[in-house]
Amino acid sequence: MNGILAIMQLTWIEARRRKIVLAAVLCGIGFLVVFGLAIYSNSERAIGMPLVQRRMVLQVLTLVGLYAINFLVIALSVLLPVDTLSGEIESGVIQTLASKPVRRADIILGKWLVFWLMLAAYILVMAGGLVAIMYALTGFRQQNLLPALGLMQLEATVLLSVTMAGGVRFTTITNGIVAFSYFVLAFVGGLIEQVGMIGGNVTARYIGTAISLVTPVDAIWRKALAILQPPFMAQTVITPFSGGAEPSAAMLWWAVLVVMVAMTLAIRGFRHRAL
Amino acid sequence: MTDTVIETRGLRKHFGSNVAVADLSIRIRRGEVFGFLGPNGAGKTTSIKMLLGLVPPTSGSATLLGAPVGDHRARTKVGFLPEHFRFHDSLTARELLRVHGRLYGLRGGALERRIDALLERVNLREAENRPLRHFSKGMTQRAGLAQALIGDPELVFLDEPTSGLDPLGRLLVRRLIEDLRDRGASVFLNSHLLGEVEATCDRVAFVKRGRTIHELSLRDVAASSLDVELKIDRTDAAILQGLQAFGSDIRLNGTVVHLRAKAEGAVPEIARWLVAQGVGIHGIGSRARSLEDWFVEIMGEDQRPG
Repeated sequence: MNGILAIMQLTWIEARRRKIVLAAVLCGIGFLVVFGLAIYSNSERAIGMPLVQRRMVLQVLTLVGLYAINFLVIALSVLLPVDTLSGEIESGVIQTLASKPVRRADIILGKWLVFWLMLAAYILVMAGGLVAIMYALTGFRQQNLLPALGLMQLEATVLLSVTMAGGVRFTTITNGIVAFSYFVLAFVGGLIEQVGMIGGNVTARYIGTAISLVTPVDAIWRKALAILQPPFMAQTVITPFSGGAEPSAAMLWWAVLVVMVAMTLAIRGFRHRAL
Repeated sequence: MTDTVIETRGLRKHFGSNVAVADLSIRIRRGEVFGFLGPNGAGKTTSIKMLLGLVPPTSGSATLLGAPVGDHRARTKVGFLPEHFRFHDSLTARELLRVHGRLYGLRGGALERRIDALLERVNLREAENRPLRHFSKGMTQRAGLAQALIGDPELVFLDEPTSGLDPLGRLLVRRLIEDLRDRGASVFLNSHLLGEVEATCDRVAFVKRGRTIHELSLRDVAASSLDVELKIDRTDAAILQGLQAFGSDIRLNGTVVHLRAKAEGAVPEIARWLVAQGVGIHGIGSRARSLEDWFVEIMGEDQRPG
């Protein structure tokens, strides 16, 4: 446990000193300010609308904001850990750490935990802040916020774990390419599945589902979208933010399994890696 | 408590078809300062990495303080300064030592006192709150030395510890090694600076193409090996034959005879014997064999990497 705590401390100091935390906080505040100004400047127009239409507009605006935050979370999930192992292996820094009486698994877990907590805090502050701004300016109350934040965290956890596993084997740039491709594959898989559902193409739906099994990132986000909006909106209004084919709860358990597999590969790969 | 701190049997490492270490079989005793010598690419750093669990051996076995290498518990009382010491350069020297101290299970007041003492020892007290990125190469090396000692080690691996250090820095390293030996710790020293090795080590091993080819006790060698040069007026076969009683490796260069005497006391005996044989002595000189002499002799001309 001493080893994990020491690595966590080191990772946190390093993230602070490299101004990663400061950059994330400042950019996040900037985003929330811009979003708040956009909502404020359009809120009066929504006041005159019929109640159902007003609720739909405010819901879509909230989803737009959460959609943007989701992209920031995805970027952060890859960028935070992308060089933490590969960079330290390349520079030789890891030799000083791994020659100490610490398990290699503890090095991976210590770093992973700090990044996981940073992502959780980021999601909570950004998504929570956005919903709070909506409520303060328009009185719109977002349903199922906490479960949706949990799903965003699960999505971030998948990407974080896959990127950590890649860092054991690949150079930093290669790892970044692989991790972003992993996300893009999920995005494309989600599109194929939705197109298949709308067009009644069973093959396309199967292809999309198969891709989601490899990379469940987009499926998790679609699950979050499905619970964030009222069922009639998710099923009848086609927007980029409509959930489309809502993944089952089993897909979420599958995503947890993907995390476990990625972390097992990371730990096993790092344990046998020549440093 | 076992007297052996490192024991390896047939330790071998190859990367694909490239054999980095062919056969490492050594035994290092507690309180010993052990030098590991060889040309570039001989497998010295890979050997250290295998002992520290950084590189898994292809075959063979080794123990560190009685525990098998690779087990993280074997490194509880082990310190290491890598050849190119690098660490997160945004940390200050104190933070660096704090993190490493915690990896050894130290914390609280005991850790802070240990950090204070080490910063003082390596002359970094005034720079303790400066980020490592603002350190000179020598200061970084001294911070690296401090992190190698933070866990109060019984065994310390120093891979080229004096590279980047000025003469005072080198003196500091020498004194640190002496301190470690005085308190019963062992040091595994890998250095190209043979003068440093000669001044600090009790015993050395010579590595060539990934294989330990010779071991030498520097204390025994210093007391028993002397290069003697004789300028004499007779160098016939009888004289050269007779000189063999006093040493070995006799070579004739004109009227100058070189020989390796077995002991320092041999020089007056040689002189007395030559006079008794009626040989005129024009000059007689002697000097202890340096480690460099041994290195050149043992390694030979061919010092290609393995």
